[in-house]
Amino acid sequence: MVTVAKTGNEAMAEAMRQINPDVVAAYPITPATEVAMIFAGFVANGLVDTEFVAVESEHSAMSATVGASVAGARAMTATSSQGLALMAEILPVASALRLPIVMPEVNRALSAPINIHCDHSDTMFVRDAGWIQIFSESTQEAYDNVIQALRIAEHAKVRLPALATTDGFILSHCLENIEVIDDDKVREFIGEYKKENMLLDTDNPVTIGALDLQDYYFEHKMPVAEAMRNAKDVILEVGKEFGKKFGRTYGLFDGYRLDDAEVAVVVLGSTAGTARAVVDDLRKEKVKAGMLKLRVFRPFPHEELAQALGKLKAVAVMDRSDSFSSSGGPVFTEVRSALYDMAIKPKVMNFIYGLGGRDVGLADIRSVFDALGKALKIGKIEEPVSYLGVRE
Amino acid sequence: MKKKKGWKELPQGDVLEAGTAVAFETGDWRSNKPVWHEDKCIHCLACWIACPDAAVIVKDGKMKGFDYKHCKGCGICAAECPTKPKSIDMVIEE
Repeated sequence: MVTVAKTGNEAMAEAMRQINPDVVAAYPITPATEVAMIFAGFVANGLVDTEFVAVESEHSAMSATVGASVAGARAMTATSSQGLALMAEILPVASALRLPIVMPEVNRALSAPINIHCDHSDTMFVRDAGWIQIFSESTQEAYDNVIQALRIAEHAKVRLPALATTDGFILSHCLENIEVIDDDKVREFIGEYKKENMLLDTDNPVTIGALDLQDYYFEHKMPVAEAMRNAKDVILEVGKEFGKKFGRTYGLFDGYRLDDAEVAVVVLGSTAGTARAVVDDLRKEKVKAGMLKLRVFRPFPHEELAQALGKLKAVAVMDRSDSFSSSGGPVFTEVRSALYDMAIKPKVMNFIYGLGGRDVGLADIRSVFDALGKALKIGKIEEPVSYLGVRE
Repeated sequence: MKKKKGWKELPQGDVLEAGTAVAFETGDWRSNKPVWHEDKCIHCLACWIACPDAAVIVKDGKMKGFDYKHCKGCGICAAECPTKPKSIDMVIEE
């Protein structure tokens, strides 16, 4: 294990080098361009055995990745924002065909207006595609998550595609010292991949992706739901094994000073670092504050999250995207639903923040805690859904 | 009727055995059918080349007739047949 300075993109490309996939098909898009670009350098320099396919769009990138995966290859790609949106048509094909494709994805706002900076609207846009979604707080986590995502995706009980995300520019382009695991240790951890029913097995020919109408379509979607349910235990198992081997244990989410907390925020990705600092400040002021950093959004850890948040008095869910449902963002909807079955449950508020890369600072998160304090003081929530820092 | 399989009985990921189109009858909605006149046929196999399905049966380089289970009656074989008079006629399916 060596400590080196890497950006989020370099770290994810490094994980891909160590994975040494059979096929990578990719198309450039800011801020994820470097992931495939750096990886293409590895291919050109003979550091990997990968067949690199330079395609003409992200729709083709995902289609070629699906084709390679169906053929029996370990196939990967990487993208962001509009690229992910263009892939959208093919994403449910990958999940329903049970292809364990792992895709590093850099969170960036969706057009319009055109914007290259971080929010989670791209990843949330494809949240129902049957892909596992793992968020990263730091470059270290991004690197670790790509490696773990492969093990999770390829697990016999899962066999689903997985997104491992970073936050655009905040992580993708910022240098951070990270620990890089030795190549042989990574390869030992991920193991060999052998697809069942692969298209290139000419001794046992199969048809893959045939038409399914009223009679069988439903039966072919049900296993995706089941695999996603299974994924929860597998994610925990892999996160634990990763911790045992490399010293960093991962779960479905990470609680910070939650045990005796009365108020807490729920966040995804890089905002967790800022929220942690605010929690520490508030604790010094005798406010029983805490934070829950959600690592895995798909599958959504309903029961576990309800247990972790159920005894709090008030919770603010911070969404870095809006679902335009008219009643809050995607994380809020899930968290509130998770708490519904609890006999005693906290008040839940939603703050939509940071769209298009709008910075979120200590004062912003403190204002969220202030709003929770006020709701507790007056005994009710006046505004369940707020847009943090937007100008009127 | 054969009992349909439940989701737990299916192989992973919309997988079927290969070549299932052979077993699936796709010619049952045909409204015109090709009729072959063996006495006029020169076995040039233009019909076999032109057939957009694989419904012209050929054995040892000779035309042998049609696979009506899969022929959809498009009539391309009759149109392409070079003999005069034609060795393939299209007739209304009864």
